[in-house]
Amino acid sequence: MEALRTWLRDWSPVFAGLPDWAQLTLAALVPAFATMLFAALGPVGYVYAERKLAGFMQDRLGPMRVGPYGLLQTIADSIKLLFKEAIYPRGVDKRLFVAAPCLVVIGAYLPFVTLPFGGRSFGADLNIGVFYVAAVSSLSTVGLIMAGWASNNKYALFGAMRSAAQIVSYEIPGLMALISVVMIVGSLSLQDVVLAQAGGLQNWFLFRYFPLMPVAFLVFFVAGLAECNRTPFDIPEAESELVAGFHTEYSGFFFALFFLAEYTEMFVISALTAVLFLGGYLAPHESLQTLAFLGWPAVGLGPVWLVAKAWALIFVMMWLRWTLPRLRVDQLMYVAWKVLLPVAFALVVVIGGLVLWPVTAQGFPWDRFVGWPLTLAALLFLAYQAYVARRAPVGPYRELKA
Amino acid sequence: MSSWWRDVSQSLSSLFVGLGITWRHLFRRSVTLQYPAQRWQLPPRSRMRLFMKYEDCIGCGQCARACPVQCITIKTEKRPASLPPIWAANGQGIKLDLKVFDIDMSLCCYCNLCTYPCPTECLYMTPEYEFATTDLSQQLYRFAKPNAQFLTVNPKAGAPAATGGAGGGAPAGA
Repeated sequence: MEALRTWLRDWSPVFAGLPDWAQLTLAALVPAFATMLFAALGPVGYVYAERKLAGFMQDRLGPMRVGPYGLLQTIADSIKLLFKEAIYPRGVDKRLFVAAPCLVVIGAYLPFVTLPFGGRSFGADLNIGVFYVAAVSSLSTVGLIMAGWASNNKYALFGAMRSAAQIVSYEIPGLMALISVVMIVGSLSLQDVVLAQAGGLQNWFLFRYFPLMPVAFLVFFVAGLAECNRTPFDIPEAESELVAGFHTEYSGFFFALFFLAEYTEMFVISALTAVLFLGGYLAPHESLQTLAFLGWPAVGLGPVWLVAKAWALIFVMMWLRWTLPRLRVDQLMYVAWKVLLPVAFALVVVIGGLVLWPVTAQGFPWDRFVGWPLTLAALLFLAYQAYVARRAPVGPYRELKA
Repeated sequence: MSSWWRDVSQSLSSLFVGLGITWRHLFRRSVTLQYPAQRWQLPPRSRMRLFMKYEDCIGCGQCARACPVQCITIKTEKRPASLPPIWAANGQGIKLDLKVFDIDMSLCCYCNLCTYPCPTECLYMTPEYEFATTDLSQQLYRFAKPNAQFLTVNPKAGAPAATGGAGGGAPAGA
């Protein structure tokens, strides 16, 4: 912001003539509006990308009619939604019914406050950043339950209850995986988390303590998927079972808000995963951090790298959505409580130990002597298990053993 | 415990199998046909809209009798002897004046049974399929024309009798 202010002062004598408070406010508003605009218009692109990807993966074309290659389809859809009537069915709790989508949207957008888009471009470098993001993103759960309850509809209530059960379950392994990152950094500030990964690709948390952090990444990403209600964890809005889940009764603008929140949450989770494990706004190699290779060392590429990483993860989310079927509720709980949670706890214990243990803390080449052999052993073990599973006589279906 | 490992390893390996399949489909050619811009090349003898060549019809009514859904309506009158004789293109003389020949395409079941008995082959199915209307009454096609140009010379008159209907001589014009 300070840099922007000096730049604006050099650029415009009118700006330099303004009083201090006006200069500060204007310099603060510019990045704030830029971020908000990006966050608010992003979902238009994500919805288009999702529909196109869905089409391509199913050997179709996706939207093709509105604009060249259907580019204006989502814009037309959102305009249509804005002009549609907001219907309040009989028996809804009107105040909660209206408040719910607003709460969901607020919960989805609040993490942008502390999301570090670059070394100097962020809303606020909160010293409890990680904790703040985790706390704020569960606000939308409250919104979902409110929506389900206020709708006076059994399907909506089912969806809300399912989403509550799901998000409460998956937040625990997600936060545990997050704690292993925080333990390595020793700080909750997202800015510190990113800076702790400086120095190129091999310093990203994804590749630290080699076989351990990738598992933490996986646990966090799966929990994140569950938190934005994406397939295979979309039982709160399972359209083949629950009509549309918690937003069954919503139409027009309120429905658009839910849609917006869902896709924004996707971006937030992806960006957060990128910040925590993929180096955030840092380039894979330091030479790519600015446009120095084109002769403009002053132009930083921080936001570009973060957004690129987040978009790559969004692509993975969409890819998963069009690959996997929806889980049953009991399978969902199995994954959360019997697979992710023990794994996450083990990670916290082992990584905590490694952080505290003086030998590894002082630069013992963990990767070479422990990491790679352990990874190989684990992969061999998993391959053997998969081989055994393939050989084992499998009936029509195998019951999950309690 | 071993079943736990089996479940985890199986779900992980099957996850990558599934992702691989969708990844391969991502780059496959789409099967979508952008309909008004692109169209199917219809196979020959597609059974679509019926057409009747009024000038060749002798009014025998065999098509109407063959129709399983009675979508063909024919009304004929005896052609007065005072009028000059006329022929169908295959050389059959037209002895009846065809007053009405209506086909209700909204009833038609596209079985093609009406075209086989037609002695002059004046009734046939065309590959034309884009005739949806907003009004059902527009699906009633009236083929009777008030001032049709019939053949007044027998097109088969000069041809040897042995070739019969097989060759189909050159139309002599009105």
